[in-house]
Amino acid sequence: MYAQMVDTGVKQVKSLDEMDAEERAFQQKIDAEVKIEAKNWMPEGYRKTLIRQISQHAHSEVVGMLPEGNWVTRAPTFKRKLQLMAKIQDEAGHGLYLYSAMETLGADRDEEIDKLHSGKAKYSSIFNYPTLNWADMGAVGWLVDGAAIVNQVVLQRTSYGPYSRAMIRICKEESFHQRQGYEILLHMMQHGNEAQKEMVQDAINRLWWPSLMMFGPSDADSPNSAQSMAWKIKRHTNDELRQRFIDQTVPQLEFLGCTAPDPDLKWNEERGHYDFGVINWQEFYDVLKGYGPCNRERIETRRQAIDNGAWVREAAVAHANKKKQRSVA
Amino acid sequence: MKKYDELTEFLLRMGDSALVQGQRLCEWCGRAPALEEEMALMNVGLDLVGQARNWLDYAAQRINDGRDADMLAFRRDERDYRNLLLVEQPNGDFAVTMSKQFLYDAWQFHLLEALTESADQQVAAIAAKSLKEVIYHLRRSSEWVERLGDGTEESHQRMAAAIDTLWRFTFEFQETDAVVDSLSESGIIPDAGALKQQWQQTVAKVFTDATLSVPEDARSFYLSGREGMHTEHLGILLAEMQFLQRAYPDASW
Repeated sequence: MYAQMVDTGVKQVKSLDEMDAEERAFQQKIDAEVKIEAKNWMPEGYRKTLIRQISQHAHSEVVGMLPEGNWVTRAPTFKRKLQLMAKIQDEAGHGLYLYSAMETLGADRDEEIDKLHSGKAKYSSIFNYPTLNWADMGAVGWLVDGAAIVNQVVLQRTSYGPYSRAMIRICKEESFHQRQGYEILLHMMQHGNEAQKEMVQDAINRLWWPSLMMFGPSDADSPNSAQSMAWKIKRHTNDELRQRFIDQTVPQLEFLGCTAPDPDLKWNEERGHYDFGVINWQEFYDVLKGYGPCNRERIETRRQAIDNGAWVREAAVAHANKKKQRSVA
Repeated sequence: MKKYDELTEFLLRMGDSALVQGQRLCEWCGRAPALEEEMALMNVGLDLVGQARNWLDYAAQRINDGRDADMLAFRRDERDYRNLLLVEQPNGDFAVTMSKQFLYDAWQFHLLEALTESADQQVAAIAAKSLKEVIYHLRRSSEWVERLGDGTEESHQRMAAAIDTLWRFTFEFQETDAVVDSLSESGIIPDAGALKQQWQQTVAKVFTDATLSVPEDARSFYLSGREGMHTEHLGILLAEMQFLQRAYPDASW
């Protein structure tokens, strides 16, 4: 999930009776699965929640390029280099669609990016972990994009039209990235030497738990879920999606011939799901608050990119103005 | 130092330049001045690395010693690389990066256009495919040169400084050598004189639109990318790019 703990600003979900006429009509539309479009009336809380969620999602796409940028200059073959470059390009594209979807809600891209740089806005906690060997490029594709897809497949049905449509487009590309990521790992496990197999297991050991954290806190500690569910911005709870991800991922893990760093991970016949160990929530909240391994570097890199590019953007505007004046004259 | 037959040497020059330029663009990942540029820089890089693979595939076929394009790209030493000195220069600021891109694109564009008529069919085919991409590259980099040259006082100064830094490497676009002469005689590549003129005209036009002055012809300074005599920057670039292949020579990726 690329958006975690999105604040709805609502303490308790209202019933239809407690709503005024406008709000009731809105909720009835949502209940009837009619998409909300940019020009439709919507409660302020709905608008703000969506801006927070979509901007967080867009920021995640952009910050998510950095751990891959760490290896794109070191990709080992033409095939892997081209794949990774194409993936990074797709992510920049996803960032652009998402910022556009967000702007339909009246938000301003530059303002939201300022919030990211000042630490006010969040991005997915997963991108605060370093990529330490080449297998991370496979594990990021398989686990991180995999976790993102579980969430995004559901978001294709989210109640806000522009967000839902962006998700449909993004999901197609993400599934492709996920298969490529898995194939990087599978190739290393099936055709690689001992050192390569160790890289794969090492990447899984480091990224397994942070990937599970991508779904956000467990339902009991997820104060914003009820309202987001009522508005059908979210369609399933964090724990449901996390379970779905684990259930689909463990057979793939076994097929690789690797293990998860979780001694409690085992199939539960009765539940029809995998049981798994307790997530280190302290780590999750620490990373979210800025105390993760790469938080400082990620934000610093992004801020520098935008600051160092200021003269370029100013020049582009100045040139466009000069051209306009000349064509008038 | 020439190692292979003329056509193979030429294929290495083409492939190595595209690869090194693409590698420099990869270094921009996450650092571009705007998200649109993030996409465009990676997109151009992707095209160039793809072109490099095509040229080096053909070179590997001709060398025929068991090495494939990957081995040529990721295991060859600095002294065996045949790329232009220009493309191995560090990225600097966006003005340096776009100036490098433009000077290279203008040369690629005219060269590839002529190569589509090459007497060697495989060269003609690779050129035709690459040209479609390079038409866009040149349009984009020309627009940036114009925007930055004719933008603000600061951007103009940065562009002038960038050109001052890079211009001396353009002697390689102007000089001919035995490989070029022999291949152009047999109709495989265009005449060096004509190409030089076309390149100069394109550069002069874009620089003029950008209110930038066109320097005098660059003079050579005892280095030659096509003979494997590089600046000190290439070795470091290759050390990074070739790390995995060098550290794990028996690995399959």
